[in-house]
Amino acid sequence: MPLLKYPILIFFFILGLNFKLQAQTKTKTNSKPSKSGLKSSIRRGKVVYMNVCLACHMADGNGVPTMNPPLIKTSYVLGDKTALIKIVLNGFSEDVEINGQKFSNNMTPHSDLTDIQIADVLTYVRKSFGNNASAIKPPEVKKVRPVKKI
Amino acid sequence: MNTRKLVYVFLPLVAISILILIISWKNAKVKPSNTIANAGLTLPAGFEAIAIAENLGRARHLTITPQNDIYVHLEGLKNGKGIFVLHESNGKATIKASLANFGGTGIAIKNGYLYASNDKAVYRYKLNDQNEVINPNTPETVVSGLLSRRTHEAKAICLDNEGNLYVNIGAYSNICSEFDHDKKGCPILDSAGGIWQFKTDKINQHYADGIRYAGGLRNVVGLSWNDQANQLFVMQHGRDELHNLFPKLYTQHQSAELPAECMFALKKGDNAGWPYVYYDWIQNKNMLGPEYGGDGIKAADPKYINPVAAYPGHYAPNDLLFYTGTQFPEKYKNGAFIAFHGSWNRAPEPQAGYCIVFQPFKNGMPDGKWEVFANGFAGGPEKTSPNSAEHRPCGLAQGPDGSLYVADDQKGTLYKITYKN
Repeated sequence: MPLLKYPILIFFFILGLNFKLQAQTKTKTNSKPSKSGLKSSIRRGKVVYMNVCLACHMADGNGVPTMNPPLIKTSYVLGDKTALIKIVLNGFSEDVEINGQKFSNNMTPHSDLTDIQIADVLTYVRKSFGNNASAIKPPEVKKVRPVKKI
Repeated sequence: MNTRKLVYVFLPLVAISILILIISWKNAKVKPSNTIANAGLTLPAGFEAIAIAENLGRARHLTITPQNDIYVHLEGLKNGKGIFVLHESNGKATIKASLANFGGTGIAIKNGYLYASNDKAVYRYKLNDQNEVINPNTPETVVSGLLSRRTHEAKAICLDNEGNLYVNIGAYSNICSEFDHDKKGCPILDSAGGIWQFKTDKINQHYADGIRYAGGLRNVVGLSWNDQANQLFVMQHGRDELHNLFPKLYTQHQSAELPAECMFALKKGDNAGWPYVYYDWIQNKNMLGPEYGGDGIKAADPKYINPVAAYPGHYAPNDLLFYTGTQFPEKYKNGAFIAFHGSWNRAPEPQAGYCIVFQPFKNGMPDGKWEVFANGFAGGPEKTSPNSAEHRPCGLAQGPDGSLYVADDQKGTLYKITYKN
């Protein structure tokens, strides 16, 4: 029986995956075709996300219960851009409560990322996982980033 | 249209409908209860499992009295209480009482007292000769003011046979990088990242009254006193993000498997080396951490103790139990069961853990290779992740008849595992 079960599950898993992929490509094509800059920003942002953010916030942006917050439809992600950029630059170690759940892990600062990378990844996050907030541009990151003392 | 054609057309459709039905039925089973063999767990031959209680909430650690009363500590409150008392008979545990206005993880019985912790304190309740709590509304405070800074805040507890209480104070950090910018030494180790020892014959102790028994331990949730070795054993949750922080030194796969989740046998004054070192279970070597000049090859300073056993990365050991019963076959006697809560930091690789492991012991020390003892808590490979796992093993206890009990903090199922042959 268990042997029989798995191919079926895998079949449906792939089916589900297909739907998900289709849904994702849909949201992408939804963004205004004139803004090819936005599309490539999201594409680049996805690469940054996979390399830097996915390990904690997971591929679906759902995070980890009680540990790493979700990035889906929260005011942290959809709200004030400056505050969001600061989280990426400085990390995050404050109490977070989303939908009644608290999250305990601290976030590492990612000031090593370039302005473009941060703008791209935040644009990707604000336009993915069911989110639809405005894009973030590199100058907006530059404005928030503290000037380096040499 | 002849019947044969009809069969050809409809047979696949019927088959698919049946399959969909089977799958939806499988997914609909909110209560695994005992309609499923072994409550959905896979076990070695001769063992059986049943779910004796369900939907208890976030059941963390548990302890069982000789009278078959089960004290379960919940993370957070359910109906205003943090400890539930269940009585088990004939494979069913029913709620008998509830107490404590605090949730938490640690719970233990010793010398006529029930000890239980929240993130900041350890309390105790006097028990009567039936091991029932006498005054549920007036616990004594054994220790208060324990450091709790959000990360690794759960305070697991353990008691020895000489009147000492051991409490883990988890490091409120992954790898101390936010506190040790110049790499001069992690400044939080004086007050966190170790096991603290307190007295059981004194109440109202404060954090500062405790002795830092052993340090350099990132976070410990499973700890247990081994009577054979007369020694404290702890399971460390190893560091995260080797690849994320050092992509040039560690591949995603290495970062999923490393570092090892370590079992340490502690002596007073031991230093297990967090955040400076980590253990590589593939190379069988204690390594210098990359934050402090390590490169995946350089060995750690030998002044840091080595683990006595090591397990794959990020499995998250949440409880440790030495089996002293006589019900299970001889090889289990005095060996260790470890409840692995299951990983999150293996992404994008598949998550793993979510199982009970058995570690053979001989003369109070690990002896031989560990093996998965109970698996299937998550509910299948596609559900093996913190967000979709049906159950996650978190607490272990031995019953008076030698059965093994497991608490699940995802849905609050209590499992009882027995040996039948």
